[in-house]
Order: sequence, then structure tokens, then C-alpha cells
Amino acid sequence: MEATDGAPPPPPTFFPHSEIVRPLQTGFSRVLLSTFSGIEIEGFSPFGFGGGKVEGDGVEWRAVQGGGGKGGRAVFLLGNRSMSSWWSNVEPAAKDPILGVTEAFLADQSPDKVNVGVGAYRDDNGKPVVLECVREAERRIAGNQNMEYLPMGGSLKFIEETLKLAYGGNSEFIKDRRIAAVQALSGTGACRLFADFQRRFQPDSQIYIPVPTWSNHHNIWRDAQVPQRTFHYYHPESKGLDFASLIDDVKNAPNGSFFLLHACAHNPTGVDPSEEQWKEISYQFKVKNHFAFFDMAYQGFASGDPERDAKAIRIFLDDGHLIGCAQSYAKNMGLYGQRIGCLSILCEDELQAVAVKSQLQQIARPMYSNPPVHGALVVSTILGDPELKNLWLQEVKNSCIMSGMADRIIGMRTALRESLEKLGSTLPWEHITNQIGMFCFSGMTPQQVDRLTSEFHIYMTRNGRISMAGVTTGNVGYLANAIHEVTKSG
Amino acid sequence: MRLNDGSVARRLSTLGKHLVETTTTTVRRPTAPPIRSLPWRGSVFGHVAQAPEDPILGVTVAYNKDPSPVKVNLGVGAYRTEEGKPLVLNVVRRAEQLLLNDPNRIKEYLPITGLAEFNKLSAKLIFGQDSPAIQENRVTTVQCLSGTGSLRVGAEFLAKHYHKKSCFQHTIYIPLPTWGNHPKVFTIAGLTVKTYRYYDPATRGLNFQGLLEDLSAAPSGAIVLLHACAHNPTGVDPTLDQWEHIRQLMRSKGLLPFFDSAYQGFASGSLDADAQPVRLFVADGGELLAAQSYAKNMGLYGERVGALSIVCKTRDVAVRVESQLKLVIRPMYSNPPIHGASIVATILRDREMYGGWTIELKAMADRIISMRTQLHEALLARGTPGDWSHIIKQIGMFTFTGLNTDQVAFMTKEYHIYMTSDGRISMAGLSSRTVPHLADAIHAAVTGAV
Repeated sequence: MEATDGAPPPPPTFFPHSEIVRPLQTGFSRVLLSTFSGIEIEGFSPFGFGGGKVEGDGVEWRAVQGGGGKGGRAVFLLGNRSMSSWWSNVEPAAKDPILGVTEAFLADQSPDKVNVGVGAYRDDNGKPVVLECVREAERRIAGNQNMEYLPMGGSLKFIEETLKLAYGGNSEFIKDRRIAAVQALSGTGACRLFADFQRRFQPDSQIYIPVPTWSNHHNIWRDAQVPQRTFHYYHPESKGLDFASLIDDVKNAPNGSFFLLHACAHNPTGVDPSEEQWKEISYQFKVKNHFAFFDMAYQGFASGDPERDAKAIRIFLDDGHLIGCAQSYAKNMGLYGQRIGCLSILCEDELQAVAVKSQLQQIARPMYSNPPVHGALVVSTILGDPELKNLWLQEVKNSCIMSGMADRIIGMRTALRESLEKLGSTLPWEHITNQIGMFCFSGMTPQQVDRLTSEFHIYMTRNGRISMAGVTTGNVGYLANAIHEVTKSG
Repeated sequence: MRLNDGSVARRLSTLGKHLVETTTTTVRRPTAPPIRSLPWRGSVFGHVAQAPEDPILGVTVAYNKDPSPVKVNLGVGAYRTEEGKPLVLNVVRRAEQLLLNDPNRIKEYLPITGLAEFNKLSAKLIFGQDSPAIQENRVTTVQCLSGTGSLRVGAEFLAKHYHKKSCFQHTIYIPLPTWGNHPKVFTIAGLTVKTYRYYDPATRGLNFQGLLEDLSAAPSGAIVLLHACAHNPTGVDPTLDQWEHIRQLMRSKGLLPFFDSAYQGFASGSLDADAQPVRLFVADGGELLAAQSYAKNMGLYGERVGALSIVCKTRDVAVRVESQLKLVIRPMYSNPPIHGASIVATILRDREMYGGWTIELKAMADRIISMRTQLHEALLARGTPGDWSHIIKQIGMFTFTGLNTDQVAFMTKEYHIYMTSDGRISMAGLSSRTVPHLADAIHAAVTGAV
């Protein structure tokens, strides 16, 4: 904004000092010019606070009512001559490649529309699900708790239960208090805290990120100002893991490099290393003294069994790595909007863990002071009660009342693959059932995805990632047909 | 720190595992050296030193450790009842129940900008129901994590996008003193922090001349942080006339206002009255930022509910600004937490619940004012030397007592009174029962050879 002309505009010619003038269209019965270069108005504006505008002598005058309201005195301000904006140069930002898909979907009027974009679980009617264990936990919490600030590092009870999931219920590291852990704003917040911490305490380090990865990983480490490198991960030809290149990249990286690893159900590909492969990766990391940072957003969702899904982490722990780990309850407890997760860093001893935790808190303080309490209460309530915890484990995998989340997704994978094969598609589709977790990396090109959206009102990210959680028995036929249509010409 | 025996034994056995070469795997490792020859790898974060306690939140930590039955926590600004208990407002409880039973409750991620209805209602709350800026769609409001989060997102946006050709675009002027977390938030976002005179220790009031001089000397285009009401920590607010003067000065110098509104409704008991300074600035058609918090005025502290609004010159600018705010938020936490914002929206949208809220809010504000009166009278009754009228003149949750760090330390040690070392006390932490104890402590601190 260009600076205004210096002095404020002169009093208007039709508002002489201390004179009662004609009533304004704002409804003020009288207008007085105060001695303090504002204008006082008796009566009140029917427009309430901030209402009322009048033009005079090339200046726009705005009314503001002060004091208690009805009949109170108001201060009528001098308007400024045309001010330009501070923000004229602000470019419109590009839409987020993932969250923008849902925005576009919501705007679509077609009755056939399908959203297989964002990774949020849906039941077979395409509806979001609140787990029964969550409902019960919320019933117990509502109205019973105060809403005081949590400590900067979050709820201790929440952290304790959460660490057990990742590190094991009987973990020696928990007993020995060697884990520096703070409650974080879901997986994003946990990764961001780590990235900021890495920047502060290992300022010369970089982060090695798999290709491909969740797009927001790049944003997070970029905003934390940690330089990024990539390592091979996905093998497009086989639609599986490019293990040989991955190992090469691990070996060729400078000693002591920082690597981001998806603990299970890789996003977006759904391709995970086998147990043997994880052991080899862990071994090579030891040789090179690399730092392993695990992003675990889908524990329980990959196989249906949280213990099994933590296997990669346990392998690394057994091999003596001092890992970092981001955990999220967005998907596996359906607590998306609560923003509840955890960042943990395994240290050499308790003293170091205390120091590291104190520094993580220093990063949280100027970001949001302390984390939100509600999600932490829900999680603690569930995991702290054996019955509720069992209910949760059932619901994640398989429950009597409704098909468990992981099983339903596995069922949809099979259905989609079989539908495509039945339609006579000559392309290979085994990867649909080989890949793990919430996503299928279909192998479709951005152009094919665009056709899916424009011709069939099917919404997904342009890298061809399908959120299997959005596939239902109701839409799998439609989806298979559409995919066949756009891929059959090659 | 002593390691317990169990821990040492476990640690040694883990180490032992790595000194034995494994033969279980069938994967060939022809080129790897045997594990036994590698040195034990220490942590890459082994050099990390322990951070000092947060000066404000650390007070509560110390208070919690104290076993004394007469201890009083006047540290953090969280409201307490006359019984010394935290308070959940009735309207909040009701809102929670409604949400629990609402079949249409949102079950997934909020958009990056948060709950849309919450954003609209928050803007109206601070700018006024009929604010022209809102009617003209010139305001972008994004839900953030309480006041801290709103300030941080705003500061990050400013650091990235506030470009001016020939002035100090990345400098923010903060009042002296201010909330301890302010300089940290702005510095880490990439802004340069400078100060302007605000509090006058001699009068325990506003140093208006100093404020005007410092803002006049600020380079054109600089950002200025303004406490909308109930200044933290001093409780000293400009009068409306003084605000008008500040507004004229700032607009004529092209200084960008950034309001921090953490106590709307708490200062005077009236939400509209407390928003006046902000509305003064909006009414002149100019641009500004405003951070809002519902921590205190709705008692939603731990839910982390707040909003950042940016009032822009035109609607087109507001749209572009909003798109850029999303790029700040996404790599920080993707989208904000839903629970607290849903409670706020439930209350603000319902006339009856809104009315109920204003009554409960006024009751909180009135109790604080009553504590001020009682403390002032107690000091007068004891004949404590000095002028203590600032206790009843200052506004909002805090009183800047004027006590020095030695006196504060004395009061903590001898009387188990917990407060920040700058002499700030949270009136919300007082009750009729504890006022005499505090008065005794102040009296002793002031009259003793401390």
C-alpha cells in the first residue's frame, strides 16, 4: 500500500465544527464534530457497529458506534482517501494436490460422483465412520472434564499408551525412559516438529525422502528449511518395490544421513518391503550409521493387526537403531479432525530423553503453545481401558457388527481387481491386491485421471493414487468400468 | 541421574546382542564389515542441552511440586472459581452434549482453513455483526490453534508475503512489556522484533507519549502488534480517545496493525466494548490482521480454538491471501482440530446460547473486578506502603504489581505464592479466601528487607 498523503484529510466542508448538521442516511439524528478530530454522533446507527457510510468532498466517511450501543455516543471517523492494499502482489496459491481434490468433488453436482482422493476411511455406503469405541469414549468424557491447558508436551497418559503401540507393550525403552516423546498435531504435526528439531540440532543434515511419497512430506521439510534428497522406492514397471536401487541409494548416501521411512502401508503406493527386506535395510543403515525416521500413519490398517504393522520399527529397534517416529490416530481410530498424534525420539539414556523432550517443547511453544486436549482424552480413554481397547482392535480388523476397516478395504481391492479382469482389461492389475493399506497406486497417467474426472466424475489425485477406502460395493463396478474405459486405448 | 540396576542390566544385554554376529538371515552381505568391528553408535542428538523451563508455564510446574497447603497459583492466566477450581461454562457443557448427539456431526478432516461456520461467526464476533468489511467480503478468516497459533500463522504469512519496495517490511514492533511468547513466535516466523514504549513504571499506567514517539519513529510499512484489550501482562489499556490517536498516527505512517485479541469480553464484561479498538481500525477502510482466542472467554483453553482474520482492501485480495494462508498451515499441521471450534460455532450461532455465554462471561469478568477491589482494600487496611491504585485501574486478568524479582522470589519462598518473576499476578487465580494471604505476602515483601 502506498503511504497515505501524510496529514489526515481536512474536515469536510459540510461538517463544520460543533454544528448540528442534517441527519445522515445512516439514521443518526444528529452529527457533531468533536474537538478531537473525530466526529461524535448522538443517537445510534440502525446498522449497529461499523455500519454507515457517507461520501463527502471526495472522502468516504464511516461510522463506528462506541460505548454500550443503544443511544450511546459514537465516534465517527475520518475516512481515508483511496488506500491500496498491502497485498497487491500476493499470488493465488496452487490448490493442495490432495485436499484440493475433495474441494473439487464437493463442488461437483453429478449424482454419479465418486471421491477416491483423500485417505479417509468410508464404510460400504460411502459414509464416514465413527468407531463405537470412540463414541463410548466421548460419552464418558463429555461434560466430565475441564478443558485446562495440557503441558507443552501434551498428555502424559496419552503418550504412555501411544508409545506402547509403536515400541511394544513391554518395551525396555519405555521402562528405561529413553524415549523423548511429545503429543503432536497428528502425523503432520509430528513430522513438522521433527523436521524443525532436525534443523535446529543437526543443521547440516538433509532428509532422504522416498519416491514417491505423501506430497506434504516435501512441504514439511521445506518449510523447516531442511534440504531434501530422494531415494528410489517404487518400481513403476513391476508396480512393486525397487529394492536394489533402494539399497544402492542407502549405501551411496553419506554416512549418517537422515532417512524418512514409511513404517507400513506406504502412501501413496501401498508397496511395503517384506520382513526380510526390512532386515536388510536395517543392516545397511547400521553399516552407514544412518538415522531412521519412521512415519507410521496406518498402524493397524495395513494388516489389521497393529503389532504386525509395527514390525519394521521393531526390527530397527532390535538392531539397536536410535529411531525417530511419527504416529497418527487419524485413520486407525478415525480421529481425523481431532489432530492427535505423537512424535518420539529414542535416546541413549533418560537424561538425554529429558533434554530432547524439553527442546521439542520449545519448538511447540511458539507454534501453538500446547496441543489440543480432546483427541488425547479419547485415545487415553480407549487405550487405558482393556475392554475399550479390545473393541478398538476388533473394529480396526474385523467386528461382528460391521465389517472391520482393514478387511473391508482388502475386500474392495479384490473386487476392483476382479471387475477389471472380468471387463476384459488386458493390462495387469495384480498390484491392486498386492499393495497394502488404504491406497492403490494404479499406474494411471495424469491424463487418464483427468478423463476419469471430466467424463466419469471420479475424483482422485493426479498421480493415479486411488483411496481404496472410498470404494464401495455400490461404486466398484462403476469405477472399474471407468478405469477400463480410460486405460484400454493404452 | 542414577540409572536403576534393571535398566543397566537391560542395556548391557542389548549391547551384547550386537557383539554377536547374526547368522539367522539368508540374505547375502558380501561387502559389509562384521558388526563386531563397528563402534557403538551414539545418538545424533547427544549434544542437545536441556532447555530452560518456560517462564510462564514453568510457574505452574513449580506450583504443582509445592506440598504447602497454603500455596496459591497466580501464574498462568487461566480462570478459577471462588473455590479455586477450573470452570467449564454451562453453555460449553450443553454444546458438548449437543455435538455428542448430533448425527450430522463432521467426522473427518476439517478443511485447511478450518470450520467455515466458526470462521464466519468469529469474524462477526470481533468485527461486529454489520461490519462493512465482512459485508464486502474483504475479510479472510482461518481457524487456528488458539491465540498462539493465529499469531504464528499470521507471522509466517507476513514474513513470506509482506513486500514493500522501500521500507522495513519484516519488522514488527511489540509493546514493552508484552506476553513472553510474543517475541518467540515472531522471531521464529522470520520477522525482526523491535519494541515500542508502553508501560510506565512510574505511573503504573500507559506511557502514551513514549508510545506515540516510538511509533512515529518506526519506518513506514512496519508491523505493529497491538493488544486489543486487557493488555498482558500490565492490564493497562489506552482509552478510546488514545486509540483514535494511535489509529491516525499509524494510518498516516502506513504502519500495519496486528491485533492480538485474547480477552474479548474479559476486560469490561462486554464483548462489543472490548472489540472497539479493533473496530476503530476496520472502520477507516484500512487493512489489518487480528488474532482471536477463545481460551479464556469461553474457557476452552486446552481445546486450542482461535482464528486469524486478515482484513483486506478488496475481495479479490482476500481470496488470494486465504490461498496463501493455506500453504502456511498445510506443512504445519494440515488442518485444525475440530472439537473446540464445533463448540464455539454451536454457541455463537444460537441466540439463546450466545446470550447465556455473555452472562457467564460477565460473571467471570465481575469476579475478577471484585478480586481487584478486595486486594486493593486489603492492602489499604494493612497500610502497605506505596500507591496500590493501579490494582483497580488495570484491566483484565492480570495485575502488574510493580514488585521486583527479589520480592517475587521472597513471596514464593516464604508465602508459597506463585507468579511470574516480572511481578504479574493473575487475578483469576485469587479468591476471597486467598486475598488476605496474598496481601500479607505483598506487605511483607514491600516492608521487609528484601
